[in-house]
Amino acid sequence: MTVVEAIVIGAGGFIGAVLRFFIAAMLNKEEGIPRGTLVVNMTGSLLIGLIFGFELPTLWTVFLVSGLAGALTTFSTLMKELIQLWRSGQRKETVLYSIWTFGCGALLAFLGFVIGQFC
Amino acid sequence: MKQALFVGIAGAIGAICRIGIGRLLEGSSEFPIGTLTANLLGTFILCLLSAGVIHRLTADQQLQTAITTGFLGSFTTFSTFSMETVSLIQNGQMMHAALYFAVSVIGGLTVGLYGIRIGSRMVSV
Repeated sequence: MTVVEAIVIGAGGFIGAVLRFFIAAMLNKEEGIPRGTLVVNMTGSLLIGLIFGFELPTLWTVFLVSGLAGALTTFSTLMKELIQLWRSGQRKETVLYSIWTFGCGALLAFLGFVIGQFC
Repeated sequence: MKQALFVGIAGAIGAICRIGIGRLLEGSSEFPIGTLTANLLGTFILCLLSAGVIHRLTADQQLQTAITTGFLGSFTTFSTFSMETVSLIQNGQMMHAALYFAVSVIGGLTVGLYGIRIGSRMVSV
């Protein structure tokens, strides 16, 4: 990793993390499916597909993929939420949240890629 | 606003560490071992800290959020996981795709549960 790459990833990571922080604070509720996390993970998956489809210059890809989309989305919080949701007895919500996240995440990444290729 | 700034800075460091781990681990192999490692490691630490260990680390609530939401949130990634799974499928590597998906999700839940268990034990003694 070069210094320039690290700065670019850091800048993207800063923006992604701040956006996720605000969206999660607005949309995540104590009960039920954490919509904020779902929204950032879905948005990020679509974004990453689009960027790969567009075939942007390397440094832009590093900024948007490794930095912004990487930090906007999160895997650790998702896992924690799934465990907490299941343990609090909200079994139906846990299954729904999993299907939405994993199913739509892959679908949106693919859709973004296809759209990006055509544009 | 100060809280958002802390989350941003920690998020920047988390993203750099994620890519750093990826560069260290990803050789010629097409299997996304870098993302997998960051995701499992980040999940374990987040769950461990969430079980109460974070309070031992620092009493400062803003720093706590910077570490969990900022650093660990950015250190792990869902978008790259989605894209890598799709890419493996597109390349016809169905076995790799299935294995990557299963190890990420089942592995993530397993290390998460262990993180909570170990964390609870750490704070109860």
